[in-house]
Amino acid sequence: MDMNAPIGQNALDDPKSIVGKPLDRIDGRLKVTGAARYAYEFAQETTTTYGYVVEAAIGKGRIRSIDTRAAERSPGVVLILTHRNTPGQGTGSHHEAHPVLTDANVNYYGQPAAFVVAETFEQARAAAYLVRVDYERVAGKYALESNLKYAGSPPAQEGQPHPDSAVGDFTGAFASAPVQLDVTYTTPLQSHAMMEPHASMAVWEGDKLTLHTANQMLSQGQEAVARTLKMPVENVRLISPFIGGGFGGKLWVNADAILAAIAARQLNRPVKTALTRQQIFHVTTHRSDTVQRIRLGTDRDGRIVAIGHDVFSGNLPSEQSFETAAMQTRTLYVGANRLTRHRLVPLDIPIASSMRAPGEAVGMLALECAMDELAAKLNLDPIDLRIRNEPTEDPEKHIPYSSRHLIACLQEGAKRFGWDKRNPKPGQVADGRWLVGMGVAAASRGNPLRTSKANVRLDPDGILTAKMAMTDIGTGTYTIMTQIAAEMLGLPPDRIRMELGDTRFPEAAGSGGSFGAASAGSALFDACETLRAKLAGAAGMDPKAARFADGNIEAGGRSKRLTDLVGNAGMEADGEIGPGTTLKDFSQQSYGAHFAEVAVDMDTGEIRLRRMLGVFTAGRILNEKTARSQAIGGMVFGIGAALEEGLNLDPRFGHFVNHDLAEYHVPVHADVPVIDAVFLPELDTKSNPLKSKGIGELGISGAGAALANAIYNACGARVRDYPITLDKVLTVLPVQA
Amino acid sequence: MDNDDRRVRVTRRTVLESGTATAALMLTGFPEVALSAEPLSDKAVAPVAVDLQINGQSHTLHLDPRTTLLDALREHLALTGSKKGCDHGQCGACTVLLDGRRINSCLTLAVMHDGQSITTIEGLADGATLHPLQAAFIAHDGCQCGYCTSGQICSAAGMLGESRAGMPSYVTADLAEARPELTDAEIRERMSGNICRCAAYPNIVAAIREAAGTPT
Repeated sequence: MDMNAPIGQNALDDPKSIVGKPLDRIDGRLKVTGAARYAYEFAQETTTTYGYVVEAAIGKGRIRSIDTRAAERSPGVVLILTHRNTPGQGTGSHHEAHPVLTDANVNYYGQPAAFVVAETFEQARAAAYLVRVDYERVAGKYALESNLKYAGSPPAQEGQPHPDSAVGDFTGAFASAPVQLDVTYTTPLQSHAMMEPHASMAVWEGDKLTLHTANQMLSQGQEAVARTLKMPVENVRLISPFIGGGFGGKLWVNADAILAAIAARQLNRPVKTALTRQQIFHVTTHRSDTVQRIRLGTDRDGRIVAIGHDVFSGNLPSEQSFETAAMQTRTLYVGANRLTRHRLVPLDIPIASSMRAPGEAVGMLALECAMDELAAKLNLDPIDLRIRNEPTEDPEKHIPYSSRHLIACLQEGAKRFGWDKRNPKPGQVADGRWLVGMGVAAASRGNPLRTSKANVRLDPDGILTAKMAMTDIGTGTYTIMTQIAAEMLGLPPDRIRMELGDTRFPEAAGSGGSFGAASAGSALFDACETLRAKLAGAAGMDPKAARFADGNIEAGGRSKRLTDLVGNAGMEADGEIGPGTTLKDFSQQSYGAHFAEVAVDMDTGEIRLRRMLGVFTAGRILNEKTARSQAIGGMVFGIGAALEEGLNLDPRFGHFVNHDLAEYHVPVHADVPVIDAVFLPELDTKSNPLKSKGIGELGISGAGAALANAIYNACGARVRDYPITLDKVLTVLPVQA
Repeated sequence: MDNDDRRVRVTRRTVLESGTATAALMLTGFPEVALSAEPLSDKAVAPVAVDLQINGQSHTLHLDPRTTLLDALREHLALTGSKKGCDHGQCGACTVLLDGRRINSCLTLAVMHDGQSITTIEGLADGATLHPLQAAFIAHDGCQCGYCTSGQICSAAGMLGESRAGMPSYVTADLAEARPELTDAEIRERMSGNICRCAAYPNIVAAIREAAGTPT
């Protein structure tokens, strides 16, 4: 079905429904015993070989010569791929294809220059260090801020948000606004830093390729592999039942998969490879840094009359995707005069792509801090300012919101967090040598829906098997899908067999952009609806009146065992969901409010988060426990963005200096104090049949801004350059006696 | 500090120094590989026999001497529960227990542990009965993607042993205290070598607190 009309009452609305309950993660046991298998860990044959990537060591230029003789003589080496012996491949944007070792050109630091395959990992690694590459360097453009003059408008692409938007007369309205704020924020290059390195194992049988690969969107990945290797899509199979985190870093097919596939074909032996932690930062994607100018013009009561957001991000000259940081600025607050523009700077550094909440994650670091600055300028409470600017319809599209409870989240959060104890004047609250402050920020993230399919089969043994080429990257997909199927068919969760992570199963949306649960879950819902109708038909009952519980179907006082209705072969049904007119007729976002309390050392500028609360609305919550975990995970990403994370680019050579987990700082246990996430009840009938909305990225949207605003409240330092590290705070702290 | 004292004391400095030396070795395979343009001879990397007691079972392996303990477990014994997240001792996903103490199995060579006893995540449960930490991780949703989970649990098991033995941490206020209370702040500090990018941290702390039997 396509989502063309609001959803009425359905089976999930039963107050006793298992959907929403805090069911323990059904794959929890596999994970706590180490039995869950990831891409690199599939049954190793004795014939399996190991691949190791050799990265280009210049930022831009070409390979003049490559000497593999010593490496070839190294013990155990069976193959060395370079551009000289790698077959031609299909091309496209990084969403569509990932050709490797295509020619002598080096487009970015760390681009694979060779791939060494040996009998063992140790042999491949040792030999990789013997490959000698001679380069011809040319000047490259590496740093965003020093190359803004090269910025251009990215082309508008179908299905993608337009880079520009304009309503009314922004320039005139801003110039004449009684209160004006014009501030520029910068956010750094960031890395997904998921725990499992990108890994693939390629096995060929004739002209058919099986890839065990860490990939978030298998159906799209299958297409990309087929396009790259110029082979029929049906001959490519991707398998990925468990993925050790992705956060966008495994949305697309990466070099590990293609290198392993090409080498395995040449060797006619399985090849597996994992990028080293250091390689991941360059060989795969990252989030672009941004320069963001926000302009807010209000009347004397703080009502926005002009809102503008200009965003600069970078990418390779061959790529057109940009950091969509102004998307929420288009919809979050009122204002008759609006202007948003995204500009893209061509840079010779690795591919910039989606990282958790692309757009919102960094866009709201700017917008929600600017709102705090505006509140201070107007002498208004930041929550009050947001209430004054709450729209009744989408201010750009002039369509209703599907559901929106931002103010309720702000008010409930304020109550729970003790916001009334905040001193609005910065630098007033001390606790020993610590200056303590509170901050708030809104959370808002678009709610997409994508095409997804599912198949269910009920067997005579009472087991319902559901299949989808869907993935679980830690989000809890296995668990929530089990709950949906259990509720729809009236079966206990242990009667559901959830099979994910294989392109032999029906094509699915995959995990990304907060569309996974809604899309795959709705496809499963649709398949279960069809199966319910079939079962009712077999029982001679009216499908609309039939109730499913305890393995039975009941209607009109009659009851039948489901297992008696499915025959010896079992009974199957297919389901499908697709986006429809409700995405055009309603402005769809999930919402929330972040609250943070931080302490800033008055002598050193050291910043410590003390506590944090997120209050969210995201439609129907499919599992209270895993949803909370997801939201907290997003909030902690926000802590990282606010205080710690940033790749340091060497502007001379175009490489990321801190390309490992010791130097690229992500939050650790000690950085994460008392933190909680709460979901307020909501159903969104316009979003999808589950009435749910995406939650995987809501938690990060705005989270870091709450910390930044708390730092300002604590010590008066308004740092507009993320991450907010102590050196930046120190320069504005008062000198202590 | 007199000389005798210096010999027996394990200081933070000596730990750091030995860690750095091992890390350098890992980075290059063998130092001569990095320095030489020529391959190592077959003899230099001839297999070495090593006996490992893993989860109570004896295994004799013939390993390339460059094989880390982690890769011996994963690639030679199919014990893939121990994870490789960084191969440099920066993330903790490979944490196992060596004679009861937690170590990063990526930062040590298998041949260095001849005759020693290693417990991995696969050896923590008692048959079908999960270790209390494993059960608590499920109940408190202490894992999301699951890739750091084995390391978190093994690290927690080792950490609880250290705590019971009275070892202080960076956040312990009174270093002379015989047995510092295992507060949430202590748990967080002591577990900070284990990164969880999904950020199940609050749930992990709750799980460890429950398994440790400390009151909430």
